[in-house]
Amino acid sequence: MKSTGASRREFLRSAGVLIVGFSMAGENGKLAAQNTISPAGLVDATQVDSWITIGADEMITIYSGKVEFGQGFSTVQTQLVAEELSVPFNRVKVIFGDTGLTPDQGVTSGSQSTVTEFKPGGLRQAVDTARDALFQLASQQLNVPTSELTVKDGVFSVNGQDPAGHVSYGQLLQGQRFNLTLNSKTVPKDPSQYTVLGTSVQRIDLAAKATGQFQYVQHVRLPGMLQGKVVRPPAIGATVVSVDKGSVASLPGSVQVVVKKDFVGVVADTEWHAIQAAKALVVTWSSGATLPDQSNLYAWMQQQRSLDSFTVDSGDTDQTLVQAVRKVTAQYLHPFQMHGALASSCAVADVRGGSGSSAMARIWSATQGVYPQRDSVALLLGIPPANVRVTFVEGSGCYGCNGNDMVSFDAALLSQAVGQPVRVQYSRKDEMAAGESYGPAYVVNLTAGVDRSGQITVWTREAWTLTKGDRPNATTPGNIISGALAGFPTPPLVPTAATPPKTFSNNVNAAANYVTGVVAANPPGGTGTVASQQVLTHTVASPFFTAPLRSPDRLQNTFANESFMDEVAAAMAADPVQYRLRHLSDPRLIAVLNAAAKAANWDTRPSPKPGNARTGVVTGRGVSCVLYEGNNGYSAMVAEVSVDQATGVITVTRIVTSQDSGPVSNPDGLRNQMEGGALQGMSRALHEEVKWNADSSAITSIDWKTYPVFSFGDPLPVIETVVLNPLTVPQMGAGECTITIAAAAIGNAVFDATSARLRRIPFTPANVLAALAARP
Amino acid sequence: MAAIKINVNGSSYSTDVEPDTPLLYVLQNDLKLNGPKFGCGLAQCGACTVLLDGKPIRSCVTPMSMADGHEVTTIDGLGTVDNPHPIQTAFITEQAMHCGFCISGPMLYGKAFIDKTPNATEADITKALNGLLCRCYAHTRMIQALVRYAKESA
Repeated sequence: MKSTGASRREFLRSAGVLIVGFSMAGENGKLAAQNTISPAGLVDATQVDSWITIGADEMITIYSGKVEFGQGFSTVQTQLVAEELSVPFNRVKVIFGDTGLTPDQGVTSGSQSTVTEFKPGGLRQAVDTARDALFQLASQQLNVPTSELTVKDGVFSVNGQDPAGHVSYGQLLQGQRFNLTLNSKTVPKDPSQYTVLGTSVQRIDLAAKATGQFQYVQHVRLPGMLQGKVVRPPAIGATVVSVDKGSVASLPGSVQVVVKKDFVGVVADTEWHAIQAAKALVVTWSSGATLPDQSNLYAWMQQQRSLDSFTVDSGDTDQTLVQAVRKVTAQYLHPFQMHGALASSCAVADVRGGSGSSAMARIWSATQGVYPQRDSVALLLGIPPANVRVTFVEGSGCYGCNGNDMVSFDAALLSQAVGQPVRVQYSRKDEMAAGESYGPAYVVNLTAGVDRSGQITVWTREAWTLTKGDRPNATTPGNIISGALAGFPTPPLVPTAATPPKTFSNNVNAAANYVTGVVAANPPGGTGTVASQQVLTHTVASPFFTAPLRSPDRLQNTFANESFMDEVAAAMAADPVQYRLRHLSDPRLIAVLNAAAKAANWDTRPSPKPGNARTGVVTGRGVSCVLYEGNNGYSAMVAEVSVDQATGVITVTRIVTSQDSGPVSNPDGLRNQMEGGALQGMSRALHEEVKWNADSSAITSIDWKTYPVFSFGDPLPVIETVVLNPLTVPQMGAGECTITIAAAAIGNAVFDATSARLRRIPFTPANVLAALAARP
Repeated sequence: MAAIKINVNGSSYSTDVEPDTPLLYVLQNDLKLNGPKFGCGLAQCGACTVLLDGKPIRSCVTPMSMADGHEVTTIDGLGTVDNPHPIQTAFITEQAMHCGFCISGPMLYGKAFIDKTPNATEADITKALNGLLCRCYAHTRMIQALVRYAKESA
């Protein structure tokens, strides 16, 4: 066991070995000393000093739990602070995601970062409390009431007085702490007065990224660091029978083999040596688990015992369906999909002293949540959470909870075993076949009843999905692939009957836009008008680990809901936009739908498009919309497609998408997110499906050839974005809206062009040809 | 083992790694360059792209023996934050990234093509990027950045 050579505090605090991100070089340690850290290693989020330090050099450092994945949030945080404190943008530095340095803000996910930081208890309130305190200090120093003070560029002056009567933030504080609790009564700047927020400030990280100077987690380099590789079971559920350590004994690189139950890995001096050792290591595995046949997945899901829940149930749908003059029914199928991050995941761990109360660990990880990972890794390693420090270092875009946590666990296990810092870089196959957790498949059955006037009077939805594992938490590491391999049991799904819901929470968009969301005696929570409504979800045990994938469940559900609304509109021979508007009640959803239709120069008429031939290449347009998570961002999309009915190939030619996420922090940044989301949604709709072989119990989507995605060279649609910017409402999420509605908009456009309804993702040529053949 | 000599971004390096070691690992781990990145290790995504004697190649599958005696240029070698190359300026101006992990591919394939193709059209440029991946899907802006670079260097 290696001696630590440093005190616990020094080891956990030390930042000097690593420059964490280009923008936070050097001053990390000095500024960190101002933070309040409890003996349990927790940063007290109620204290202003936990969020902000202002140096004598006037530099402002922000500590945030919300991290950067390429979505531009570090830039928005910088804008927020510059705005509220009236300081130049370049005087603000943001340090994010570091247990022991930044407040615990859970995970950066669910399009919640802007919402969280702008609402009470978040960064804005901390900064505003600091601002108010600075006004008080300046008032005392300059001997005038605060009402006579103005502040510009971090310097106070007295209204109308000579320039000598000035004092700066740095001069007032002189490096001292604020010693203040966040004040819930602070008043943030009125968005109508914004000069930094609401403007298209360039991203703070892009110059370093464009010039190759940005340090990603792949570039964490520690003294004495070894390179590790995992050796995963070749089949899902296979267990170790034996490991022949002698098979790598003669290889170069001082190879060490680490086995912990079914977790197997190698460590060597260089990455190339580690790769060769991992390839050469002879491991005998048991056969794998029994998997459902891929071709039978959707039927299999409906046969399993399930955990059931209602989103809404008005209790009268059986009767109202009988009364309907017309019923429409359809089933929608969505496969397992991958995050498929461009980077195969990577992490570095430095575990000293084995396990127990005197052991310590540091982890550098591109995780979405440093605290949840810390708590889970502590259990994995048998080290107290306070002795584990997890530092976020940006990886590639992850689009949710991908392999970043798993690889961090792997690095921690290997480092603990060998007593030296270990970097683990997954191979592409490690990532895709046994590293990342997938977004789950869905079966969604929908039924609508319509009255004599063509109005929908009843909407029912019954769906099946799957789960296994999910995010790291403080309960067990067995819910993460690496923890399960290392012997921690994965919590089983407990079949449970549904009970009537007490509140309407549409956080996974299980309920369509068109229902009222009336639950018990509560006021409507939905965005629609259909009062007779039942939305039921059955969750079954997944054969594969699953975790949130960008727009988790919301995308699958919205594909079904928004495609089905199009089916009902077509059955009523109604224009798809007009028919939606007839069933919507929320003015902001109506506004984004109208905005997209207008910008697209929407051709108002029923689908399918009159006059299209049933052979050859035809064109069409489709629409979809959503209030993301039922309360977190409005968006609509019009897609235009051409479809080659001989080959089944869909070409999306134009996407027009609108969004209302409340006051916009950075218009160009929002447009960038909308564009990327729309194209990623298109990729998931057209191409993406995890595949496996039940005979070998193995995942067969192991690289970009076997998990095809939209890539450069494929026809690129024209993308137009429409940004609504209401200033008098709270901020909402922005990063997952357009991806949520892409599949339905495209599928609806294909119906418009061909009269063929696409009810199964992905819209591959084979699936399109099958739908074309099924036309009446 | 004979030493392998490569010139990287204008400086000469000599190394005695095994000749089958992929160039990427030497650039990233030994020379501590952050520009070329490991995405797939299979020449399927382009994140590891570097220029070898001016031509874009995938450094994740290029053994050191093939780079021996050649000139390697990475995006680190084009310019800096304070003094970026015009193609880097174009990407920054167009805000043509989300996470930026893929950037070596579109930037270097685009640069190599545009530099030898005066008056390259948008369609030509798009074709030159054939097969590269950007999973954040900043495609539209990357094409715009390359069109800007083509215009400015015409």
